[in-house]
Amino acid sequence: MTTRLRTEVAIIGGGLMGSWTAYFLRRRGLSVALIDKGEIGAQSSGVNFGNLRLQGRHPGQIPLALRADAVWDRIVEHLGEACEFERGGHLYLAFDEAQMAKLGHMAEDMFRCGVPVKLLGAAGLRARWPWLGAGVAGASWSARDATANPRLVTPAVARAARRLGAEILSGTRVSAFAKDGERFRLATDRDLEIESDALVNTAGAWGPQIATVFGESAPVFAAGPPQFVTEPLPYFIGPSVQAADGRVIFRQVRRGNVVVAGYPRGASDPVANRAPVDPARTLAAMQSLVEAVPRLAGTSVIRVWSGIEGYLPDMLPVIGVSRTTRGLLHAFGFCGHGFQLGPGVGLTLAELLVDGGTSIPLSDFDIGRFAGEVAHDERLSREFDSASLAATGWSAAGKATLP
Amino acid sequence: MAEARRVLIVGAGPAGVAAAAVLAAHRQRPFLIDEGHAPGGQVYRRASAPVALDIKALFGSQVGKYERLHATFAGLAGSVEHRPRTLAWAVHERAVHTLAEGKAEVHPYDALILATGATDRLLPVPGWTLPGAYALGGAQTLLKDQGCLIGRRVVFCGSSPLLHLVALQYQAAGGEVAAVVDTTTTGAKLAAAPVLAANGFATLLRGLSYMAALRCKGVRIHHGTRLVAIEGETHVTGLRFRDRRGNEHRVEADAVAIGFGLRAETQLAELGGARLRYDSVFRQWLPDVDADGRCAPGLYAAGDGCAIGGADAAEESGQLAAYAALADLGIAAPNARMARLRAHVARLRRFQRGLAKAFDWPHSWPMDMPDQVILCRCENVTLGEVRATLREDIPPADVNRAKAFTRCGMGRCQGRFCGLALGELMAAETGTAHERTGWLRAQAPVKPVPVSTAFPS
Amino acid sequence: MSEAPRGQVVRVKRRHAPLVVIEIDGEQVEAFAGESVLVAVLAHRPALRHLEFSGEPRAGFCLMGACQDCWVEIEGVGGARACTTPVSAGLRVSTGWPRFG
Repeated sequence: MTTRLRTEVAIIGGGLMGSWTAYFLRRRGLSVALIDKGEIGAQSSGVNFGNLRLQGRHPGQIPLALRADAVWDRIVEHLGEACEFERGGHLYLAFDEAQMAKLGHMAEDMFRCGVPVKLLGAAGLRARWPWLGAGVAGASWSARDATANPRLVTPAVARAARRLGAEILSGTRVSAFAKDGERFRLATDRDLEIESDALVNTAGAWGPQIATVFGESAPVFAAGPPQFVTEPLPYFIGPSVQAADGRVIFRQVRRGNVVVAGYPRGASDPVANRAPVDPARTLAAMQSLVEAVPRLAGTSVIRVWSGIEGYLPDMLPVIGVSRTTRGLLHAFGFCGHGFQLGPGVGLTLAELLVDGGTSIPLSDFDIGRFAGEVAHDERLSREFDSASLAATGWSAAGKATLP
Repeated sequence: MAEARRVLIVGAGPAGVAAAAVLAAHRQRPFLIDEGHAPGGQVYRRASAPVALDIKALFGSQVGKYERLHATFAGLAGSVEHRPRTLAWAVHERAVHTLAEGKAEVHPYDALILATGATDRLLPVPGWTLPGAYALGGAQTLLKDQGCLIGRRVVFCGSSPLLHLVALQYQAAGGEVAAVVDTTTTGAKLAAAPVLAANGFATLLRGLSYMAALRCKGVRIHHGTRLVAIEGETHVTGLRFRDRRGNEHRVEADAVAIGFGLRAETQLAELGGARLRYDSVFRQWLPDVDADGRCAPGLYAAGDGCAIGGADAAEESGQLAAYAALADLGIAAPNARMARLRAHVARLRRFQRGLAKAFDWPHSWPMDMPDQVILCRCENVTLGEVRATLREDIPPADVNRAKAFTRCGMGRCQGRFCGLALGELMAAETGTAHERTGWLRAQAPVKPVPVSTAFPS
Repeated sequence: MSEAPRGQVVRVKRRHAPLVVIEIDGEQVEAFAGESVLVAVLAHRPALRHLEFSGEPRAGFCLMGACQDCWVEIEGVGGARACTTPVSAGLRVSTGWPRFG
């Protein structure tokens, strides 16, 4: 017999965005069902690098990021557990003057947005972090940036939402959508039908599939950075560190393992649910790691992984109300930068649904922006391998249009 | 002229060497990648230490097979490209990634035969991380490879056809066998005897002769036991166990060899695109192969890494996989011979399935073990920590999620020695079928790779 | 059986290789060239290494390169798996928490 579930808000996609949205909606008193085809926080929400970075973000994201940052600050109050949250700071390393100049511009942008970023010369850097390699020319330093354990955060948020009364429906695939007057009706692959006043699409790399049902879309391309982890080592690194050109990104967890990522990102397969890592990329990132931290040369890599993250050609997410359907909200395609934003997105979507508006500027993230041509971000050619970019179908002229 | 086809073999045990011989006979020049310093695999391993071993005494009635493998390999000189001391650490887009002497290489293939073998299958027991506690197969390897014993006075425990054999080998090498503590009941062995006799009478007799020889030398053999704890503070001092009637006993020893049969090495097959299927007799996930070992386009599996079958089945399944690879490459393979091999391999594997039923795999034990027992040796994760995560709201649905939450299986060994027990613990504690707890998905590198590895750009 | 054993493993087969001097945690000991570092250390010591997370002694387990429970530090090399690494003269091995080169 088919069970009918009536809820004010149905959220599809039990990742970080969906879970935080469920949590804040419950805090605002709305009934919520959080639906996921698989497990809560098992996709890119659970396998990302774990950076909670403010510096270097697109200035348009900073209001959202600062809002998120305030929640991260009180993570234990919200979730009842810290999930290895730590304000260890974040360094961008420059290996030449050109990169240093770019970091200088970024620091100015950040200053205007209210994020203090300090520029450090080679001598100052090495005085503080003597293990840095000789090739490092300078860095930008943001003491406020943090990290957390992505494997633990999303389930903890979903648990907190459930404690507040949210319905958590993992292992539930929505098989059909209908808008019946003011109501959404969702059929699932279980004996369960869901009826809701509002629908939130937080389906990550799978987000466009839902948007398409309602006559809109975004040219999401699924990819992930190669990531790996070393054996446990005595704790010595401290901050989270990223080469300005992305060739290597690393941090050391308190247990001792050094978690590493490195561009270029490679395509992943959301249909087969696979995110294979080309071993050659792992080796390249390992070499960059030793250049940045020579003393790691004698250690070993013990595990490699990637994820299925949704990317968009302008490297900005889709966040906000649908252009076609009343009551439908989107938040997907976070381009590998979503972990920090999660609580900010949740708070903001809850405001949109409860208050009908928000003070956070969202126009840069409007799903409607893909109706015309969208400029490619310059990072695309640098941070992705050419084969995966070619597979996106995005035009070679540096413009993307919807198919 | 047709372009030379690249046929790669990983593993130079009986399956890999047999495959190489077939390929060489068909004028292919296979590339044989092996972690060992010399061919032989674990079963016909040649000592890597400079030791004088009496091969006849060590291998007993199997010495002929040992000598034949090494003679076969010697005969392949010049027709096989052998890469010893080489780790195949990943398979990606029809290429094998290797590491030897600090250098990485990439080897594309048209056909890849995986003969990756098996390791000991283990369950956590209190004290199993103490110095002096070793895997049973490892205890034998230390003797064959290094001419050493794991201790002065050794107790052999668990359940495996190897149990009595290794005890006997230790005794012959001058070690003191404190006792053999077999967890299988005599009844279980008797019940399986007809299947065993029908499919491998000689092997069955050989097994019985080991037991008789041990008894003859005055070694106490306990059947139908339950292991309580490997004892010691900083190193092994003894083993506590209960007999069939529930009475507790203690054996003094400075080393314990423990094992419960074999666990297939399937990571490379999975990385190469093989599907895994659950085998309800071995209670593990094995590559889903056809009768010849095909498991994905251009990918073949043979030997214990494909289906636990023992050395003889490994050899013949290696030949079969090589013929299948040849046939798929458009080189005529002998149909009648393949049919014979198929029938023979099937019979040998039936024998091993009989053994698997005869030799107890006490898979529900972790459920009764105390919380503080270490389950994941690498990451120091206890049974209690896994139990706690199972009791959480939004508990893990499978072993991969349990790994994500607890770090069990996340360490250097990639869950080789805790993965099966993790699934069994989850199944027993939550009342779900073991099959539904899944397997720890393979991730490269299958063994640690140094950060300083040099690679061709 | 209560006092710590001198070493865990016992060599029972004759060696046909020269004895060489190696260093274990700064102490000079003799070992046979070509045997495994695991044997060279455990012939003298009750343990090979100490677990990173608890400090508990460990002495390897699978003895065939699979369990990765015998990683030690070798000077000039970094981490090495003791059961598959052969001994050579002058080798310096540390059984403590990894040091950086």
